[in-house]
Amino acid sequence: MQAVSSGAVIAAPVLPPVNRARPRRAWSFSWVAAAALLVSLFALLPLGFVLWVGWQTGWEVASAMIFRPRVGELLVNTAWLVALVVPLCTVLAIALAWLTERSDLPGARWWSWLAVAPLAVPAFVHSYAWISLTPGLHGLFAGVLVSVLAYFPFMYLPISAALRRLDPAIEDTAASLGLGPWQVFRRVVLPQLRLPVWGGALLVGLHLLAEYGLYVMIRFDTFTTAIVDQFQSSYNGPAANMLAGVLVGCCFALLAVEAGTRGDERYARVGTGAAREAARRALGKWTPLCIALPLVTALLSLGVPLVTLTRWLVSGGAAVWPMRYIGPAIWQTIALALAGALLTTLVALPMAWLSIRAPGRLQRMLEACNYMVGSLPGVVIALALVTVTVRVALPLYQTVVTVLLAYMLMFLPRALVSLRAGIAQAPVELEHAARSLGHSPLRAVWGVTLRLTAPAAAAGVAMVSLGIANELTATLLLAPNGTQTLATAFWALSSEIDYAGAAPYALIMVLLSLPMTWLLYLQSKKTAGR
Amino acid sequence: MNQLLEISAVRKSYGPVNVLGGIDLGVAAGSRTAIVGPSGSGKTTLLRIIAGFEVPDAGTVTLGGERLANGPDAVPAHKRGIGFVPQDGALFPHLNVADNVGFGLARSLPGRAERIAELMDMVALDTTMLQRRPHELSGGQQQRVALARALAQRPRLMLLDEPFSALDTGLRAATRKAVAQLLTSAGITTILVTHDQSEALSFADQVAVMRAGQLVQVGTPMALYLRPRDAATASFLGDTIVLPAQVGAGWADCALGRIAVNQAERSGAAQIMLRPEQLQLAEVPVESVDSAACFGEVTDIDFGGPVCVVSVRLLGAASATAPLQVRSPGVHVPPVGATVRVAVAGSAHVFEAA
Repeated sequence: MQAVSSGAVIAAPVLPPVNRARPRRAWSFSWVAAAALLVSLFALLPLGFVLWVGWQTGWEVASAMIFRPRVGELLVNTAWLVALVVPLCTVLAIALAWLTERSDLPGARWWSWLAVAPLAVPAFVHSYAWISLTPGLHGLFAGVLVSVLAYFPFMYLPISAALRRLDPAIEDTAASLGLGPWQVFRRVVLPQLRLPVWGGALLVGLHLLAEYGLYVMIRFDTFTTAIVDQFQSSYNGPAANMLAGVLVGCCFALLAVEAGTRGDERYARVGTGAAREAARRALGKWTPLCIALPLVTALLSLGVPLVTLTRWLVSGGAAVWPMRYIGPAIWQTIALALAGALLTTLVALPMAWLSIRAPGRLQRMLEACNYMVGSLPGVVIALALVTVTVRVALPLYQTVVTVLLAYMLMFLPRALVSLRAGIAQAPVELEHAARSLGHSPLRAVWGVTLRLTAPAAAAGVAMVSLGIANELTATLLLAPNGTQTLATAFWALSSEIDYAGAAPYALIMVLLSLPMTWLLYLQSKKTAGR
Repeated sequence: MNQLLEISAVRKSYGPVNVLGGIDLGVAAGSRTAIVGPSGSGKTTLLRIIAGFEVPDAGTVTLGGERLANGPDAVPAHKRGIGFVPQDGALFPHLNVADNVGFGLARSLPGRAERIAELMDMVALDTTMLQRRPHELSGGQQQRVALARALAQRPRLMLLDEPFSALDTGLRAATRKAVAQLLTSAGITTILVTHDQSEALSFADQVAVMRAGQLVQVGTPMALYLRPRDAATASFLGDTIVLPAQVGAGWADCALGRIAVNQAERSGAAQIMLRPEQLQLAEVPVESVDSAACFGEVTDIDFGGPVCVVSVRLLGAASATAPLQVRSPGVHVPPVGATVRVAVAGSAHVFEAA
């Protein structure tokens, strides 16, 4: 060994110059890749359907349908909606998450729960509540207001979980390097929230593009409402599908922005040992002002639906509770929600796996297929399945199978987001350890990674069944004759302006969703290991 | 030497748990101090109070004449200019090595890139690593990046929170030595917190032993090792042989015969302490045993390469007494069953009366 100059003597010789760049693993479980490929191809079905209709229609007719002022108007509406709601949700969710996780806000646990609870209220029940409170509410302002209130929990959940998981030693170190509290937040905390913010923003954006009931009630036209209008008014398939084509374009744009800016950094904690619990920052004289934020949010997102429902239920009395209709609707909703959620989570698993363990270009393209199909409005998926079953698989037409397949396609992203976060928390090293202890690769995956992913998978199941229980459009179009879920019954009654008659269904949907929302809340606490 | 850091009567409790019960400690400018203690002794809390991540309930912390903390009234961490290297580096996972090292340097600082390269050179890391991400580095490299990042601030005081514990043994000793030399040549006063007594003894000019929220003893490594205040401190810093003895006039009479002690003024019954390496064995024929010296029989050998632990039962001792554990060079180990003469090098230490 050579003598080293006086300053630079830190034990360099012992370290071999290993290039520890992240290994791009081959898709070692080919059956995983095959399953992911199969699901992704099936997920392409609705898009294929839109393209096929476009091809059948021909360029002349298609371009005449696409390039017209009406489409431009819808595009502007949808763009404004996304451009306003996503940033507002982000700011609101980060502020609430910080207050409930990292400050000494009195009753932080309660506020945390109240920030998740709006998920139990279906989006169209939010707007039903607002429209019956202030019947004049309409347009972009109403759309933004109700959307933020209905969808911000989708961002609050992952952001608060990430905040809880951050290693406080990193913030300590930043402070020792001369950064004040605000700078630490901006330069260290915020960048590490990037992954949950991006994931949540994508989820919210996709909901904005796909939601129907919310915007119909407050008379705000988006692509999705226009497609349903077009379909219901004339059964003019091509016109609806051309609009759907543009919507698919919007969705692709959103996915491209997310994928292009998300980055592929590993934000897991570097180093060994357990992180110490983060200290909560004292709010001091700001406490009253800080309580106002979760309070106002809870009043608007939970208080308004609660007050409205109570008002209708009181004025309707016993007459609005016909049990011979309500009972079957409850059971059918529960059965469809559970079956659909299990199916969706199961088929999402291979892709979630690949996106963490074997990320790459091809994988991203396939994953994009899954998100794309979830962002399509229920009506397009329903139309595609109607057309395909009628032409190819007639025995499946108007059966439960078709409904479940539609649910699966619609809610793949929810299951994927949850599973991806879960698998990311199960480091591959643990699996290696299990294999070194004599477990076969499959057993190692089953016993270690899937076990560790189980909480996230359960959260995924809850998320999906929550979505199915409140799903409206596809159920309306695809359900076998005689199937009436809570959502479709609610929609039928509120469309006839029978707000009092619709109230029991809304109440039951909220009550059914509450346990799943609670589960979601608990799981988000657990995924952070506390 | 003038004291750079002075800690006076610092107390801290979390609810009913008293973590620090009145700590007084001075650290000389340019020196290296190690705070050592078992886990839960409060040493990390003390370090965090010095860094400013926690505030003391009472007591003062003064750095270079500036009052950093006076009870709960404290200067926040980011205004202290104290370097801090946490246990596992805590590199920012979203930044590459260059941005980690340059984190505390303003973007617009002239010569920023050169300064980063210079810091990398100081900690003996190649500048080709600058674009790597923290998770692409080994544990030792991560620690060195963390050190470079803290050095960038040119701190007056550097705090090291068990920074070597994550490294493997060979690397640990070498890194420790290099860090010590680096910080001394840069003239940075350093405080190391560790639970590893040999690390503390070899790293520091001044060692402070902590137990149950109290500083039990502070002094040079040599003084602490050879003249510990009590048996607990003695055995925390290394293996001991504690014997009852009658002391007086600088001598002690014990099972090993008459040996010198380091306190002439004590007399009467006392506990004396020897370090195992102070005992020397010489194999002798059985016939040469007499009462003028101390003899024993080898009952067991624990071969450890350079140093072996030899169990010796003193002749004439009751068979129930535990054998002496003697360190002996590996090249001259007497066989099991051999008769040996036990000689004592240096003097024994007399514990203060309990």
